[in-house]
Amino acid sequence: MSSLDELRWTFFLECAELLEALDDGFDQLSEADPGDPLDLEEVNAVFRSVHSIKGGAASFGLEELVRFAHEFETVLDAMRAGRLTPDRDDWRVLRQSGDVLAELVAAARDGVGHDAARQAEIGRALGAMIGAHSEATPALEDATDAPIFAPTPIGLDGAEAGEAIFAPLALDLDDAPMPSETDISDPETPGLRLFEIRFAPQPSLFENGHDPVHLFRELSDMGRFEVTVDHSALPDAPQPMRCYLNWRIALETRCDEEDIREIFEFVDPLADIAISRVNAPGTDAAGPGATSTREEPGTPDPLDALLVDPSAIPAAPSTPAAKASPGPAQKQASRPTHAAGSPAPQEPKASQKTPSVQARKSTVRVDLGLVDDLINIVGELVINQSFLSQSIIDAGLSGRTQVSAGLDEFKNLARQIQEGVMSIRAQSVKPLFQRMARIVREASAVAGKPVRFETSGETTEVDTTVIERLIDPLTHILRNAVDHGLESAEARSAAGKPSEGAVRLSADHRSGRVLIEISDDGGGINRPKVLAIAKEKGLVAPDATPPDEEIDRLLFKPGFSTADVVTDLSGRGVGMDVVRSAIQKLGGRISIASEPGRGTTISISLPLTLAVLEGMVVKVVGQTMVVPINAIIETLRPGPEDIEPLTEGAEVIRVRDQLVPIVDLGLVFGYPRTRKPAEERVLLLVETEQGRRWALSVDEIRDQRQVVIKSLEENYGRVPGVAAATILGDGRIALIIDPEEAIRTATGLDLIANYPNSAATKKPEAQHVDA
Amino acid sequence: MTIRILAIDDSRTIREMLRYSLCQEGFEVTVAEDGVAGLEQVSKIKPDVVITDINMPRLDGFGVIDGIRQGTDHPSVPILVLTTESGAELKDRARRSGATGWIVKPFDDGKLISAIRRIASVSPQ
Repeated sequence: MSSLDELRWTFFLECAELLEALDDGFDQLSEADPGDPLDLEEVNAVFRSVHSIKGGAASFGLEELVRFAHEFETVLDAMRAGRLTPDRDDWRVLRQSGDVLAELVAAARDGVGHDAARQAEIGRALGAMIGAHSEATPALEDATDAPIFAPTPIGLDGAEAGEAIFAPLALDLDDAPMPSETDISDPETPGLRLFEIRFAPQPSLFENGHDPVHLFRELSDMGRFEVTVDHSALPDAPQPMRCYLNWRIALETRCDEEDIREIFEFVDPLADIAISRVNAPGTDAAGPGATSTREEPGTPDPLDALLVDPSAIPAAPSTPAAKASPGPAQKQASRPTHAAGSPAPQEPKASQKTPSVQARKSTVRVDLGLVDDLINIVGELVINQSFLSQSIIDAGLSGRTQVSAGLDEFKNLARQIQEGVMSIRAQSVKPLFQRMARIVREASAVAGKPVRFETSGETTEVDTTVIERLIDPLTHILRNAVDHGLESAEARSAAGKPSEGAVRLSADHRSGRVLIEISDDGGGINRPKVLAIAKEKGLVAPDATPPDEEIDRLLFKPGFSTADVVTDLSGRGVGMDVVRSAIQKLGGRISIASEPGRGTTISISLPLTLAVLEGMVVKVVGQTMVVPINAIIETLRPGPEDIEPLTEGAEVIRVRDQLVPIVDLGLVFGYPRTRKPAEERVLLLVETEQGRRWALSVDEIRDQRQVVIKSLEENYGRVPGVAAATILGDGRIALIIDPEEAIRTATGLDLIANYPNSAATKKPEAQHVDA
Repeated sequence: MTIRILAIDDSRTIREMLRYSLCQEGFEVTVAEDGVAGLEQVSKIKPDVVITDINMPRLDGFGVIDGIRQGTDHPSVPILVLTTESGAELKDRARRSGATGWIVKPFDDGKLISAIRRIASVSPQ
């Protein structure tokens, strides 16, 4: 670790984990039967999460965060002390507190503002929880009296203890003259006080790591200091780890008794300590011994006043801060703590028996660039291995040769490395889902609709970058679901539904891809309204009567919005079209299904990683190309009767009831038109962002496989219609087609029939949402 | 001799901060993320100073102090409690368990370091 920046980074990374643990804990706790007592271990884990955030935040001087974490923590502390059993409303407040905490963390991290009004409101609600439920006042007591820095007593290590006993007690006095009666009573230095300290430790003093020498160093930092030792109790054969000495100390200082007592604070249980003011003229003190609290009658009087040799031992490298004015200096240094001063746990036992409730993830921070490099190299490795395989076959060594067996093993290892490296980039969707839970709670509050949010498949792992880029689309979809998808509570009741709407978010692995579904149990897509708006906006001909599926697709049209009123939540002009293109940029597909009165489901299918792509390897005019599988709806091998030639060589194919224009991929990339008979061609049916279908014509399909994506732009330049390149098993480079762009290019070149999809098939269930 | 410090804290941030501040001072720093792991390290590395948090999973700071004072072969090592807590009750408990000192988070580097030097400097090793 090095710089402060990195420490901050670590802090915010840890915060993310702690916030996740917090959400988990709340999930567990709130799912429990309301009648059961709270799971104390879980409460403790939750408490610790907030507590750790507070602790770290205080270190970085993040005062707002500290303040709120403290309010939050105080309530959690009441819970673990059994002073508070949250009811339903309380849980809502606790959840929202978690949200506010997350917001404050994000605000601190990004250096942006936060919703102070909300923070204050939730803070008040937290305060009310304690006020309402606990007899005891919230334990904010130590905000001011925090004993900040207990100047630290000292430890001896094993055998050296004996030595120390016999060593002369030599203390650095900053070259100050030894105190004398006249010095001490000097009336011209008001505020100086003389104390006598008797320090009679128990023989076991050293056992707690204390050493009188260091106490004395502390004291000598406070003023002029003189010490005498009583070694009368010293036996003939002292044990090294026992303390046999007593001391009497004279201290002239401007500090008060409290400050002195603080130095002995941790020695206290192991020693008799008597501190008394010595009456001296010119001081405002009471009589001798007036403030003493622990006069120990049994303490023998000191025998010899051993004068200290100031040069014998070097000064303790302590800061002189305590000397000058310990009070204010310490208080200033610990200012953030005051806000953070936390309540004492009422049941400390409980915190001890927390087993592995919150087993911390151990993580390593790695530059994503490095991982990507590694993925690239592994890609090369796989290609190299294909090479080798081919060479071995060519050399006639395939079969049961040693080389061949070794190669099989090599393949196996290469595959494992590839999977391993991919999984480094993978990350569970859980933090994303938790973030979405916050979004839904916020949306629910703003829209005034009670929502039950359910998630499943949180452990599903997806590429880090994919997760990041899912945040905005999912936020938008979920807000839509709450804002437009769910009916108002009244409408729901009228329809015989529970007044609380349900929104589900799920993730799952399905055939090498990740499927994310967002569903609600709202009213479904209002198709007549969608159609009316589309007509009004000129997106659909006034007299058109498109099928349901097509109406639903209208929602993905740029600028489309069905919101009657532009609300706070959605309908700010960012529509489902943006969502759709964001998903498509990730190599994903999005679809929507809706049933009137029953709800809407949006499905997003995504690749596991952005480094590798599932592609269909095709031949076009002798060239090998790769078409992303996710773009392909189906492949067709047309018969001659299926294809209808139009003018200028343009063709369409009738796919069930729909006429689909054919795009000759060879033509797009500048190869001459090779009019192969239809039955020798293969058509790849693709759908563009506008929801229109096209058929890409290729010569043959070779294979379907994962290919490592190599940027063409970085290595060569941008080519319209080409997304990237890859290296195939035989070492040849193949271009990965961007179908959308290829079609646009083709349209621009007027190479295909400009023929709108009109008569569409009927897909019974496909339906929609709004934007 | 290098002063060897064992820092026990469940917060990675605090652990890293301690490591950062103390390593710069030339101390040798080992960290542990909870009380149980901390006790293991005490026996293993025999540190010159132990710094421990109070609120931790598995075994809290009091358990660490008790464990060191009563259960390990390194019972008299100085133990500094480093915590955001500052309640008198807790402090008293730590003291009675055998803590050597108490420092409140957020800690001041200079003070922590001078405290460490003070309590560790006895051992010339």
